[in-house]
Amino acid sequence: MKIIILGAGQVGSSLAENLTSEANDITIIDKDEKTLLALQDRLDLRTIAGHASHPDILRAAGADDADMLIAVTDSDETNMIACQVAYTVFHTPTKIARVRALGYLSHPQLFQQEALPVDVLISPEQLITEYIESLITHPGALQVLDFADKKVQLVGVKAYYGGPLVGHELSTIKTHMPSVEIRVAAIYRRDRAIIPQGNTVIEADDEVFFVAAPKCIRAMISELRRLDKPYKRIMIVGGGNIGKRLAQALENDYQVKLIDHNTIRAHDLAKELDKTIVLNGDASDGNLLTEENIDNTDIFCSVTNDEEANILSAMLAKRLGARKVMALINRAAYVDLIQGGEIDIAISPQQSTISSLLAHVRRGDVVKVHSLRRGAAEAIEAIAHGDKTTSKVVGRQIDDLKLPYGTTIGAIVRGNKVIIAHHNTVIEPEDHVILFLIDKKYISDVEKLFQVGITFI
Amino acid sequence: MQFFVIQRILGILLMVFSFTMVPPMVVSVIYLDGAFEPFFNAFAVTLITGIVAWLPVKNYKNELRLRDGFLIVVLFWTVLASFGAIPFILSTQIEISITNAVFESLSGLTTTGATVIEGLDKLPESILYYRQQLQWLGGMGIIVLAVAIMPLLGIGGMQLYKAETPGPMKDSKLTPRITETAKALWYIYLTLTIACAVAYWLAGMNAFDAIGHSFSTVAIGGFSTHDASMGFFNETPMVEVVAIIFMLLSGINFSLHFLSWRSRSVKAYLVDSEFKTYITLLMSISLISAIYLYYTNFFITPERALLHGMFQAVSIGTTTGFTTHEYYNWPGFLPVLLLFTSFIGACAGSTGGGMKMIRFLLLLKQGMREVRRLIHPNAVFVIKIGGKPLSDRIIQAVWGFFSAYVAAFVIILLALMLTGLDQISAFSATAASMNNLGPGLNEVGLNYSGVNDTAKWILCFAMLLGRLEIFTLLVLLTPAFWRR
Repeated sequence: MKIIILGAGQVGSSLAENLTSEANDITIIDKDEKTLLALQDRLDLRTIAGHASHPDILRAAGADDADMLIAVTDSDETNMIACQVAYTVFHTPTKIARVRALGYLSHPQLFQQEALPVDVLISPEQLITEYIESLITHPGALQVLDFADKKVQLVGVKAYYGGPLVGHELSTIKTHMPSVEIRVAAIYRRDRAIIPQGNTVIEADDEVFFVAAPKCIRAMISELRRLDKPYKRIMIVGGGNIGKRLAQALENDYQVKLIDHNTIRAHDLAKELDKTIVLNGDASDGNLLTEENIDNTDIFCSVTNDEEANILSAMLAKRLGARKVMALINRAAYVDLIQGGEIDIAISPQQSTISSLLAHVRRGDVVKVHSLRRGAAEAIEAIAHGDKTTSKVVGRQIDDLKLPYGTTIGAIVRGNKVIIAHHNTVIEPEDHVILFLIDKKYISDVEKLFQVGITFI
Repeated sequence: MQFFVIQRILGILLMVFSFTMVPPMVVSVIYLDGAFEPFFNAFAVTLITGIVAWLPVKNYKNELRLRDGFLIVVLFWTVLASFGAIPFILSTQIEISITNAVFESLSGLTTTGATVIEGLDKLPESILYYRQQLQWLGGMGIIVLAVAIMPLLGIGGMQLYKAETPGPMKDSKLTPRITETAKALWYIYLTLTIACAVAYWLAGMNAFDAIGHSFSTVAIGGFSTHDASMGFFNETPMVEVVAIIFMLLSGINFSLHFLSWRSRSVKAYLVDSEFKTYITLLMSISLISAIYLYYTNFFITPERALLHGMFQAVSIGTTTGFTTHEYYNWPGFLPVLLLFTSFIGACAGSTGGGMKMIRFLLLLKQGMREVRRLIHPNAVFVIKIGGKPLSDRIIQAVWGFFSAYVAAFVIILLALMLTGLDQISAFSATAASMNNLGPGLNEVGLNYSGVNDTAKWILCFAMLLGRLEIFTLLVLLTPAFWRR
């Protein structure tokens, strides 16, 4: 697929990194030649220096026959205009733009074909806010990913000693919880993936990924670890877009405190937020945290722009007694370094943004993609089309599918019904199939599986 | 340095290279020239060495680093030149020392075209064909070929590609993906070769000569299947015309061919300033040669003066090195003028050698800028190529390249004279090797068989230095490169 990426910032370059490894033709445009040079040395792509929305630059980047344009420059306006140019001048089929400002986002009519023709809008702040929200509503989970309009969720949990299921085979889940339908998609033990079988034994410290309907999730988490009490008191650091949105989303159900070091910003926040207590101060100030009862805080969530500050203040909060700490971290190397140590959960904004972009890059009818484990694994939701003769999946039992290595089918959503996959489940047309791939290398095989033969129109 | 990864890739490349011994075997079978055995043995030796090198380390699949790239490229050219010499050594039809065999093989691969073999016309066809094929493989670059056909190099392919391709601006890719770029280059190369072979054949060569010469023409090599080089076809002037056209075409930056082929128009050529300089320069040199030859009564008819003047100017200017005539015996300043033209060489991104037209153009512009700065001390001047400003980084690199080239030249020249060559021979031999030209003046005008062995090894080094554009090879000689 020929893809043009505008903006070689964090999202742009990690997206490029993700996509070049899958044999796509990537061209990346940015104003800064130095960044581009560094990218070109590292990745197999073409770079063009120039203003991203100018038609001549886009033409030089091959917009004439591009399949997709992804505008992720730091300017909302450039992104939107680039989509307009791509639509009017080059007739690019898919145009994706990142738009941050709520002012634009709150007017969806702006992004219609006759106005600003953006096919897909991405707002990383919103994605991150939703992600953190889902983590807070599921105590104990490391990751909660939605599929099929939240009818099914993929949850990552770390198993601890004392969990009733720890030390037992997976096949005993049924006897433990007869009423709960779940399927374990993958287990990571010391960073190595294990393909779950009926006789696989869950050990302590395993990271278990399972697929289930939302109502069953709590029960399953409680099987793997002593269940956290529902969270009540939350402390957020950083009153930027993410912090503010998070506070807005949570303040009605939780006791939220928000810390920002900028006095003016803190005042503005205090005006906009109703129930949240806005604190003006430095999150690395231990006295302030103690003063504000850090030892009774359930969740400490550091989401400032400065990732080093996030890491340090989260570590400090943990030391001072916060029950669970999260930190927003951009750099993949840092995520590896700190997750599971002092800091409970590392939140990576790129991961979320890239996940939502990947869904549009995948061939076959893939509606949702979640990139996991720094992009090594992937969970996707694909729709099965066609019938028994044209499709390789429809009308077949899951056992009979030629799934590539390390791929498991977790669940199937048929209409409004969630069916947890069993070996004899038969896939019907228009089913949403949720798959988990341990190794992203095999993604093209899965895409092929879900592509319909040419006879199907 | 990841030596196991390097060894693995080297092994794979050797295995692939071994299969280039198969076409000569086929030729040998067709002509029953009795040279089947050396090629088969060389094939077996190369293949087995490749397997032996690859097998124990086949699981080391780390990504290549920048330094590994340099080492692989240099190693690959030297190792291939050594293995490429095996058929010459094994062949019973020619008596050739190891030094001479390696020289011949490296001269072929680097598209220099300097030969040590006398009596080409009596050699078996398969060996003649093999020499031409060596040039053809080296022309576009073996690494580029490897990148095109083997995706296994991964992103590391880019490092190799950059270390091998000629020209100052190595970051410009034709297509987003390196393998696609390499493939496009080879398609263009192949198309040019086929067109050239057909044209030669129509012009009156037999099929064997047509294919053989098309290889060395498009590769800007200069090997011929005859001792008299292109002079063998003196009776058929059309052959020379075809040669001129295809040498000119192959000396153009291949990305221009790509662009014009994709947009189906010749506009890409006409707006390119490197191309314009290239054509202007070669045409002026051709005219000067032709007029001078005519007025000194070296040739009686103006047509012959023009044809030979132009052929020789293009052949030397693009660094091909075909000769129709003993140009080193031409009157007055012509031989030296032609030799100096070869320093400028062909365009960047072509198969030709020399310092490349674009660098020459940049040096010229840079010189002009200094002059204009003296006139307008407060003015700001930006160096532009084709209307686009160039970063100072590239201009600095060009100056660095120029000085390194001159320094290397002087050292090699002195070293050659130390081994006993006279000044003209040493000067022209150095120029002909570093510019990948081939024939020099005086003692090395016809061939290099009279040169002593030490000088040959020095010239081998010079050829490789020229083909890899100095720095790729030079960087290996610095202690900083080997420091951990």
